[in-house]
Amino acid sequence: MPFTIEARDLTKVFGATTAVDRVSFSVRQGEIFGFLGPNGAGKTTTTRMLTGVIPADGGTATVLGHDMRTDPVRARQRFGVVPETANAYADLSAWQNLMLMGELFGLERRPVAARASELLGVLDLSERKDQKVQAYSKGMKQRLILAMALLHEPELVFLDEPTSGLDVRSAHLILALLRDMNREGTTIFLTTHNMEEANRLCDRVGIIRRGRLVALDAPERLKSAIQRIHRVEVSFDREISGSDITSLEAVVTAEREGDKWRLVVDDTGVAVRAVVDLAREQGAAIVTLNTPAPSLDEAFLQLTGEEMP
Amino acid sequence: MNPAGTAEQARRAWAIAKKDIRIYYLKGPVLIFGVFMPVFLFLAFLMGGRQLPLAFLVSGLVGMTLFFTSTAVSPAIFPWEGQARTLERLVSCPVRIETIVLGDMIASTLFGIGITAVTIAIGLGLGLPLLHGAVLVGAVLVGACCFSAIGMLLAVPPTNVPSNIMMLSSLIKFPLVFISGIFVPLEQLPSWGLALAACSPLTYFADLIRYAFTDASYFPVGIGLAALALFTLAFTAVTMALHRRTMPRRM
Repeated sequence: MPFTIEARDLTKVFGATTAVDRVSFSVRQGEIFGFLGPNGAGKTTTTRMLTGVIPADGGTATVLGHDMRTDPVRARQRFGVVPETANAYADLSAWQNLMLMGELFGLERRPVAARASELLGVLDLSERKDQKVQAYSKGMKQRLILAMALLHEPELVFLDEPTSGLDVRSAHLILALLRDMNREGTTIFLTTHNMEEANRLCDRVGIIRRGRLVALDAPERLKSAIQRIHRVEVSFDREISGSDITSLEAVVTAEREGDKWRLVVDDTGVAVRAVVDLAREQGAAIVTLNTPAPSLDEAFLQLTGEEMP
Repeated sequence: MNPAGTAEQARRAWAIAKKDIRIYYLKGPVLIFGVFMPVFLFLAFLMGGRQLPLAFLVSGLVGMTLFFTSTAVSPAIFPWEGQARTLERLVSCPVRIETIVLGDMIASTLFGIGITAVTIAIGLGLGLPLLHGAVLVGAVLVGACCFSAIGMLLAVPPTNVPSNIMMLSSLIKFPLVFISGIFVPLEQLPSWGLALAACSPLTYFADLIRYAFTDASYFPVGIGLAALALFTLAFTAVTMALHRRTMPRRM
């Protein structure tokens, strides 16, 4: 399968800090690739190198077959970018911003106007298309930026935190459009903090920590790879003391949440048998018993070395 | 279509210029530094009672107007756009950095030509005879390109604070006006003053304008035009190279 993005030993140094340290990965044609990491991990710097906004200090970035050092214009002609901060021209209207994009991509005016109208309709901006962008809400600005990035029907779209801080309606509109586009074959490179979003949307995710790629896999496989985290959640129909729970075989920690106990265990099978035996001994009925798989959040936190809040 | 080809990039530079015209021509600092400043400077000298002939003063006013207007728009655009993050939007479009610089230069050049045309019309309205129209047109066209390139050169320091660039630009522009024969005829300058004046493109432009209105010039017309053209090429080449180097630091 051809690769749409190939990063090889991509490196960026700012003064004494190595912001991105020999990062290598590939994104396949037609996939949604999530790029995750804590603040300051190097996500945006990597994205900027991939889009040719800043040059890499080492390594190579090949996007849609074009080397971003030597041939960035041809590559940019074929992809769209949605940065984290909405950066449409505030002194222009949505329509003028879109027409400017059309000219910057060398598109003919008539098809651009048709495409712009279509996108404004899909993103629910038609009614205010002639209003200056400075009067727009954050959600409207972000939707406009997406429309600007999609005007030339790109084969690949880079999105940096596209739904961060948005109202539910704007976030829903954007995510729905991304899914539709991907169904039609557009490759999507998505930088996000939102694990739920990444879990639902992405075919594969890469996790970056302190400038280094620490994991790269499908979200489900990444979660199941976190072997050290086993959880058991149990609730009883009567009160069971905390000391009885924590003294059970294989239980590492036990926390009470409402009427439920959340146990971290080092062997799920042994712990479940011990819980059932305890219930039988104390004449209690088990109301719920779950062994939830680690969430992508947990995988992310473990891989990035961050604390669970 | 070859998006990286010269013709296609030139079209896109024009799109950037149109955007600049729409957004920046009426911004406060552009009007203050580009229109009001030369007018008040001229009035100060007019009322100074030095009894200079009107033809000399109007020629100076035309020179100053083109210089100030053509250098008013271009230095401010990059810091404004860097601050608003719209520069990142442009850089992530299929345009070269040189195309962005060229677009800003075109907007600046047209602003200079437009305002200067009004000044020339005032001069003609005051009854000044236009003796060499072709020289005037040629000098204004090349001069506007040259001064807008100087404006872009002033925007090279990668700051996104417009006032920093405006201050730097004033520091450089005002001394240039005083060494370029705008208010003191070149014939009256001491030899060291003449040597300084020869290094300023504004000197050649003011001399050409004076020739257009009075039929008298310090430098031969051909030398004046050639010097302006050479300054334009040199400043354009240097500004393109420097912006290519500093652009990533604005992001």
